[in-house]
Amino acid sequence: MSAVRLRDFGWRHAGRKRWAVRGLDLRIEHGERVLLLGASGAGKSTLLAALAGLLPEDSGEQEGTVEVDGRDPRRAREEVGLLFQDPETQLVMARCGDDVAFGPENRGLPAEQIWPRVDEALRRVGFRYGRDRPTAALSGGEQQRLAFAGVLALRPRLLLLDEPTANLDPAGAALIRDAVAAALDADTTLLLVEHRLAEALPLVDRVVVLAPGGGVQADGTPQAVFAAHGEALAAEGVWVPGHPVPARPAATTAGETLLTADELALPPRLASVSLTVRAGEALAVHGPNGAGKSTLALLLGGLLAPAAGRVTATAELAGGDARVPPHRWRAPALVGRIGTVFQDPEHQFVTAAVADELALGPRRTGRTEAQVRATVDTLLDRLRLTALAEANPYTLSGGEARRLSVATALATAPRLLVCDEPTFGQDRRTWQELVELFAELRDNGHGLVTVTHDPEFIAALADRRVRLDQPRSVP
Amino acid sequence: MIDLEPVTRPDAPLARRNPVAKLAAALLCSVILIATLDPVAPAIAIAFELALLPLFGIRLRVLARRAMPLLVGAVGVLVTLVLFAADRSGRILIEAGPFLVTSGVLITALGLVLRMFAVALPGLIVVATTDPTDLADALVQNARLSARFAYGALAAFRLVPLLAQEWQMISMARRARGIDAGRDPLARLRLFGSTAFTLLVGAIRRGTRLAVAMDARGFDATTPRSMARRQHFGHADGLLIAGAAVLAGAALAVSVAVGTFRPLIG
Repeated sequence: MSAVRLRDFGWRHAGRKRWAVRGLDLRIEHGERVLLLGASGAGKSTLLAALAGLLPEDSGEQEGTVEVDGRDPRRAREEVGLLFQDPETQLVMARCGDDVAFGPENRGLPAEQIWPRVDEALRRVGFRYGRDRPTAALSGGEQQRLAFAGVLALRPRLLLLDEPTANLDPAGAALIRDAVAAALDADTTLLLVEHRLAEALPLVDRVVVLAPGGGVQADGTPQAVFAAHGEALAAEGVWVPGHPVPARPAATTAGETLLTADELALPPRLASVSLTVRAGEALAVHGPNGAGKSTLALLLGGLLAPAAGRVTATAELAGGDARVPPHRWRAPALVGRIGTVFQDPEHQFVTAAVADELALGPRRTGRTEAQVRATVDTLLDRLRLTALAEANPYTLSGGEARRLSVATALATAPRLLVCDEPTFGQDRRTWQELVELFAELRDNGHGLVTVTHDPEFIAALADRRVRLDQPRSVP
Repeated sequence: MIDLEPVTRPDAPLARRNPVAKLAAALLCSVILIATLDPVAPAIAIAFELALLPLFGIRLRVLARRAMPLLVGAVGVLVTLVLFAADRSGRILIEAGPFLVTSGVLITALGLVLRMFAVALPGLIVVATTDPTDLADALVQNARLSARFAYGALAAFRLVPLLAQEWQMISMARRARGIDAGRDPLARLRLFGSTAFTLLVGAIRRGTRLAVAMDARGFDATTPRSMARRQHFGHADGLLIAGAAVLAGAALAVSVAVGTFRPLIG
């Protein structure tokens, strides 16, 4: 009996017009390790939810059949373990050991068997701390590792991983990759959804690509699939190995200074740092987690008041307002000079439609209605959002939301753009578009500060880099 | 910020008692003391409660810091009553222009403040000496509360500190979109409302994701749940509840005996 068997499977969520998955025929045998690929919106997450038995019969409409070990997945729940993207919303308990025990308790395992299982699961993922460690004291990567132990404690025979490293920095992603590699045994079937192929390929022996319109586009060993479809997949946004992205070094030399930071600090989040931001230059700020990169971005963006030191704008950037530090400027004045793109795009959305979102900034800075309309149309077109002009920003995919959040910052034409992890979790296509857009802005004389973990992004775009290290008070 | 971490020495004899017993004792105390309006009974109860602090392993200074919002509230009650109470009976103590402070006003205000402390202190002591996980375990095992409710609330609780960070983040994100209120109070109110709405939407989404993740680990299973951590409810726990009733009752009895007892009803 196959571990997973789908016959012409389709699912449409209640109240939706589109089928999330449709016409899917797939068979996965016991012990196979499968990477599931497909453009965003191809239904990967819905498929995993169906296999985990998390689509109640009354929550949508089903076509065809889906079986796990020959049974309806809703009645084979104990066979399946599912790990999600976000560690923050997977941990239940305050102490690490209690959290791993949560699953076995739910299954009614006798207490004397639970703790040996907890210890075994923690060992399998290479967890470094004791059971009593507070879950809140863990880094993102460690939390995700713990969440994985919580899944393994149920001893699932089918393991579903839904982009388990998407919310983690490179060090955290490496922790999870090692934990998955160590935890797999001959008995476990793996179905993995992951955009970062370099992370995923060492773990799998088969690749299945879902077609955007339904069904399977490609299926086979990684070598065979990428030889036949590598070019097309890369164009669709999959990070296929061996398809490098072109670099965009500066066409001109850096211009005038726009902003300076003198011994800027906000303990305990940021230790003292001094730097200069220039027009026509892309500055990359990098360094380990906890070094205060995001805090620095907020300080440079005029959104947070420093505890020590100061941020000074030049007359080139702020005219007569240059005497006042940016965090004291009124918001409409600020957005005409410095635009900030947050790590989470959804934090920045305030209206109910994409076009309104783009019109908001220009309106607040007092442009005429004709100017506003021209700006909105240009940006919609430039960032491939025209078809989504009326859509609610909260319903956008990750890539679309990122493009919109960058476009909203550009709508007020600020001379300086500050971005926090703009390429985080993006597919290859959006990534390339962002690099292209930023390079264009820089070559037109804008200043650009990017806080990032992404070494490829730094290599492709940055003209100068600043490394932040952890404040010394933090061990 | 609400501070809910326990601050006790874990080996203190009363702090170690079953969380459900501690909760029941605190509730019993509060209910009994609410019955009177006089200042004598709550004053005696407060004396008892403070005398028992060492047995709970809490230092007075730590408790005082936790009780800070209560102190602020007490000052508010005192000032309001002294200035505006309708009942101006008793001896005149201070007369300054429109302000008339009489002994009757002062006794009523004092009674109210003492009652506030006497009723709230047991609750503060329970929170300060109880680990939230232990409380959830005990509520499920000893008070037969539904596990779905107890652990659901516990998990949601873990997300509460995130809300404060989230609020700051949303506020900064709005400023980065060119939205601020300046000095206009109406704009301030609107901005507050829209920030709160965004916070709520985010909290609901996060809560939904957490619920799905919990169900994926079998939280919605129909098989009876087992317990990895045992909570015992022994004789000592029963004694704690009885003791609380006796002490609160004694405070009430003294107030009746000295003739200051004023029932809440009647």
